[in-house]
Amino acid sequence: MTLRLARRVAILLASLFVASIVVFVFMAVLPGDPAQVALGVNATPDLVAKTRHDFGIDRPLITQYLDWTGGVLHGDFGRSYVTRDAIGPQLTDRLGVTLWLVGTGMLVALAIALPLGTLAAVRHRKASGTALSGLTQIGVAIPAFIAAILLVQVFAVRLRWLPSGGWTPPNQNAGEWIRGLVLPALSLGLVQGAVLTRYVRSSVLDTLGQDYLRTARSKGLRPYQALFRHGLRNAAVPVVTVLGLQLATLLIGAVVVERVFVLPGLGSMLLDSVASRDLLAVQGIVLVLVVGVLLVNFVVDVLYNVLDPRLRGS
Amino acid sequence: MRRLRVAALALLLVVSSCSAGSSATVTGDPNSLSVGFTAEPQNFDFTRTDGAAIPQALLYNVYEGLVKLDADGKIVPLLANAWTVSPDRKTYDFQLRQNVRFSNDAPFSAEDVKFSLLRVKTDWKISIKSKMDVVDHVDVVDPAHARVVLSKPSNNWLFDLTTRIGAMFSPTGVADLATTPIGTGPYVVAQRRRGDSIVLRENTAYWGHRPAYHTVYLKYIKDPTALNNALLSNGIDIISTITAPDSIPQFDSDKRFNVVQGTTNSEVTLAFNDTRAPLNDVRVRRALTYAIDRKALLDTAWAGRGTLIGSMVPPTDPWYEDLSQVYPFDPARAKALLAEAGQPNPTLRLRIPNLPYAVSAAQVVASQLADVGVRVTIEPLDFPAVWLKQVFTDHDFDLSIIQHVEARDITTFGNPDYYWGYHNPSVKDLLAQADSGSTEQQVAAMREVAKTINADAAADWLFLFPNVIVAKTKVTGFTRNQVSESFDLTDLGRS
Repeated sequence: MTLRLARRVAILLASLFVASIVVFVFMAVLPGDPAQVALGVNATPDLVAKTRHDFGIDRPLITQYLDWTGGVLHGDFGRSYVTRDAIGPQLTDRLGVTLWLVGTGMLVALAIALPLGTLAAVRHRKASGTALSGLTQIGVAIPAFIAAILLVQVFAVRLRWLPSGGWTPPNQNAGEWIRGLVLPALSLGLVQGAVLTRYVRSSVLDTLGQDYLRTARSKGLRPYQALFRHGLRNAAVPVVTVLGLQLATLLIGAVVVERVFVLPGLGSMLLDSVASRDLLAVQGIVLVLVVGVLLVNFVVDVLYNVLDPRLRGS
Repeated sequence: MRRLRVAALALLLVVSSCSAGSSATVTGDPNSLSVGFTAEPQNFDFTRTDGAAIPQALLYNVYEGLVKLDADGKIVPLLANAWTVSPDRKTYDFQLRQNVRFSNDAPFSAEDVKFSLLRVKTDWKISIKSKMDVVDHVDVVDPAHARVVLSKPSNNWLFDLTTRIGAMFSPTGVADLATTPIGTGPYVVAQRRRGDSIVLRENTAYWGHRPAYHTVYLKYIKDPTALNNALLSNGIDIISTITAPDSIPQFDSDKRFNVVQGTTNSEVTLAFNDTRAPLNDVRVRRALTYAIDRKALLDTAWAGRGTLIGSMVPPTDPWYEDLSQVYPFDPARAKALLAEAGQPNPTLRLRIPNLPYAVSAAQVVASQLADVGVRVTIEPLDFPAVWLKQVFTDHDFDLSIIQHVEARDITTFGNPDYYWGYHNPSVKDLLAQADSGSTEQQVAAMREVAKTINADAAADWLFLFPNVIVAKTKVTGFTRNQVSESFDLTDLGRS
């Protein structure tokens, strides 16, 4: 276990290293100059050159990179070219929003997928099971941003039950915070829920065909009892794998959903920072995202061991 | 299962009951107002960061200058009660308002005028700081009397004082401009939520009349649809300016809202690279101008909202003259001019910012030019970064389409190094005359400039961007025309 952990951490660090170099090089070859963007039209070339110097982007790329890496190792993400704020605290703020969004989105997905997937599997020969499968097919086909636009049209613009966007921090007004989170979480969660339902269904279906379930039935358990007591844990292993992948998808989906719902999360920060060529901010965000995805993978690995004792020895 | 249903019902009840109280905005407080904008200020320091977003939020609301522009574009007193100009038009004597304090409680006096005006030269970074170069020195005659001496007469200088350049700062309040702006205005910045909003709260020590709304939320919503939805769902009270004209009818037909259309300073310009063949030939430029049906373009590209102008002058400038009919739509004449110039079938690169108005206008331009035998390839560029670098800085383009948003930016035609490379010495002379002359001389000379650049077809002014404000009917007092850099909150009221 310790060795596996060490290997995981090593992979994590190596991925981070590669990701940071890719982003650095990519931002460097991207046309556009952060100094020019910050100064706007009418900036004289002298002024642009001077600002480039102030930003430190007239230095060789390798120096800039090492400087940035050194800072990050000390927990200093640098200062944004555009906002002149320290990037670290901004990242924490934005990450908070995105985590709430992804977390509640995942909850919605689970709340849909676990009962419906199981139901669809158990009733797979009945009309209701087929109908459920059909429904998920539609759900899978709808991208999160379309779901978002539809939800806003119905619940915000027509019915005016919920805000069409915006973010209220939970410590400022908990009621508004929840109301603001409902539609974004639904837009993310409905689609992922549909995808996950299909995996839950096929996984439960596999389990239902196993010999040990027949044995459980033959000792007198009712179908649901047998499934809940003996089947679900087995069915969970492949579902957890998909869940890990989906969390990564949710992070990406959050970028778009944040834009539609005007949430000040990492995604909208990323879009803004790329547009203004705010290299250090982009670097910081990508770093956080990469760490996030790798951590999810790590947790999934650990979960395998918890769920399936047979994997622990290997 | 039943328990689940009960829970779902309960949740629905909670959600819908919460919404019952929110027919008013955000807090439901009648003294608060929520305004939606598309472009968010990156920070609060307009002395170092360019762009329209910061002065839009802060000028006149948080910062004040000696003078301001009223709704008709006239220069009126603000922190100066009155001013006189010497006969040689070089010395300005400002009588200052008494009992004015900055929001950090420092008193405002002639010392601050001297500090603020000279600081533009020494500490400001953005390029418009050069507008203060004409100031030779500032004298503090007494605390309520500041005298500014210019090195040469300049009408533009007094006008520029109505912009952010003229904002008054206190030496005790400039330590952290990016996050803590300190001015004399009716509002102070109470809170900043990056990516979401800025909260302005009334400055209780304000010298002037108390603003009708004590708290104003400036909400930043980049996506036009999301911005519209915010108003439709009561998330905001005003859309500062509509950026998706197709959405206007839905507000027109809704009794909850008022739609007001005025003008801006923002000329949507088809820029010609005047230094490059074949566009260095005035006949080719005129041909292109004849070949484009600007009325049809406006209808297609911007739902017919906007004004046809014909030169770089919005109707709110004193020297405005309607030149929109000088080059009527005339494809035959365009073809003849192209043939005369020996360029019957030129190929031109139309390099535009990837912004909605530019993309839709470019398609109309390309198809209309194709009708007279001009091949146009449209190249959308990432805005601002790539467009600024390649078109604006490196001048690598034949044609481009961009909004020129600054007030009185017709003066750029006096600068041969500007990206369109227009060079006519008489325009430069006229601009200098206008700057130094009396008001009448200024107006006459500026009219001449507008006519000259129109005759030279220095560019094709496709249309003037409209200022379409949509507001709840309860909100009154906003200015129809966007003449200043500020979204002025001070005159807003309640019906």
